[in-house]
Amino acid sequence: MPEPMGFFTDTTICIGCKACEVACKNWNQLPAENGGVKELSGNSYDNTGRLDGIHWRHVKFIEQFEAPYQGRWLMMSDVCKHCVQAGCLEVCPTGAIIRTEFDTVVIQSDVCNGCRACIAACPFGVIDMNPVSGTAQKCTLCHDRLQVGLEPACAKACPTDSIQFGTITELRGRAQKRVEQLKGQGVNAYLYGADPNGPLGGLNSFYLLVDKPEVYGLPQKPQLPTRNLKSSASFSTASAAVLGLLALVGLRKRRMDDMGGRNG
Amino acid sequence: MSDTFFSAAPHWTWFIIPYFFIGGLAGGAYFLAAVLEWFGQPEDRPVIRTGYRVAAVGAISSGLLLTIDLGRPLRFWHMLFQSEHFPAIMFKSWSPISFGAWAILLFGLFSVLSALGAMSEEGRLQNAALRAVGGVVRGGLAKLVAGVGGLLGFFVAGYTGILLTVTNRPVWADSPWLGALFVASGASTGAATLILLAPRRGATERSLNWLSSFDSKALAVELLVLILFLGSLGSVNRVWVSFWGLLLLVGVVGAGILVPLGLHMKPASFGSLAARPVANAAKLVLLGGFLLRLATMLASEGIERYRVAAGM
Repeated sequence: MPEPMGFFTDTTICIGCKACEVACKNWNQLPAENGGVKELSGNSYDNTGRLDGIHWRHVKFIEQFEAPYQGRWLMMSDVCKHCVQAGCLEVCPTGAIIRTEFDTVVIQSDVCNGCRACIAACPFGVIDMNPVSGTAQKCTLCHDRLQVGLEPACAKACPTDSIQFGTITELRGRAQKRVEQLKGQGVNAYLYGADPNGPLGGLNSFYLLVDKPEVYGLPQKPQLPTRNLKSSASFSTASAAVLGLLALVGLRKRRMDDMGGRNG
Repeated sequence: MSDTFFSAAPHWTWFIIPYFFIGGLAGGAYFLAAVLEWFGQPEDRPVIRTGYRVAAVGAISSGLLLTIDLGRPLRFWHMLFQSEHFPAIMFKSWSPISFGAWAILLFGLFSVLSALGAMSEEGRLQNAALRAVGGVVRGGLAKLVAGVGGLLGFFVAGYTGILLTVTNRPVWADSPWLGALFVASGASTGAATLILLAPRRGATERSLNWLSSFDSKALAVELLVLILFLGSLGSVNRVWVSFWGLLLLVGVVGAGILVPLGLHMKPASFGSLAARPVANAAKLVLLGGFLLRLATMLASEGIERYRVAAGM
């Protein structure tokens, strides 16, 4: 059994070249949007917009300019987090979403029926429909490449090693050293999703960030969708019981009125 | 900001909203028919028969709407059986969409059986095989089928709300009360449907009075649960500062709950609506039930996650 594998993305050395997006689209043969006719978004250099069924990598551009000549760019290559406790896998009603031998999370397109439960369950907004296949799709962490000993296409293409691929244990060690190095330089860096005791049991694709998670469009404390199942089911049952009781009370009153009428 | 604002919309819209409405209505109608089957009088038979037929049509329509909405409709059976290990069962007790698929199937089966029993009672079945099935259900099995089907009916009415809660979407996942709200709405819309349709099948005044009285109580429960639902949303309530909030306030609370309650209690105060207060109240309850699903679904679906995440 191979060790759990994943990505460590160091956002401080991302240069926004989008080589990862291109490599991902190329290797996975993902279709172009709108037949390749693309309108510019006007949102910085980001014309991909978001992760979806045909964009499994997305480089985010965050411009932080509060005054002229004072500010910074934050860039982050976003992807499926391959959560250790995955909400999508939890709710999938067809068994299409599986955990692989590399501890990654993969949607089997030949099993998925496009119910879209996984889209609403993912706390990161990673999954969406692929209009060509009619199924939900997302990053597979290049499962086919991993099986033959190759690294994922995006990590291979990244010219600055912002996206690093390896075993989770090795990546965590490397990431921790990088955080310490940056802190030594006065940068307020931290790891998002690297803690196995943190939300969702840790993320197999984790990040080094230098601002709050929400600045990067990431939830502070991602949770599993089933967190509300027990309370919601209890309240629904209670509501049904009250309504059932009210129906019976109404019938009893009708019967009592009948008896009263007959006696009177 | 709630962490739910970083998730993506599943695009459950124009097939799913009618499904939630029809499924709730069918479940509520069957439940009321089952209560009358067990505890009612012989004079309630027209309402019981109407309830079963409404439930059967509703359950079949629900299944069709759900299937059409899939990205790959011909793979609908993947929710029931493991496609790679057929005929092994596919069932996840912790996934509402998984147990909901089974609930719809079983509810459909029980409601069709009960409807056959009802049609047999009315002498409307021409086919010998169907007449035989209807006869069996109408005989000793009627109460057993109604008991199980009634529970399934309430389950179908409520699980749709639980399904929304077991996501990571704004509004839906921010409150545990949506399932209870849909149960109450299913009961009120089920009663309203019976009030409108049962007179054509010979429902008595006393049966309709009971339905009308139950509808008032169900609307009161619905209003209470709606208040609890909104109270539990906290800061997420800002999503209602939109067209959907107006629809919830005017269409659901006003036209769908308060006006029907008023028509039940003081019909004279409602002008032209007072001419046929019970029937008009029932129509408004149905409108309110549909708008409730529409508003709760689209208030969340419409949130553009990146704009919200960026604070715009």
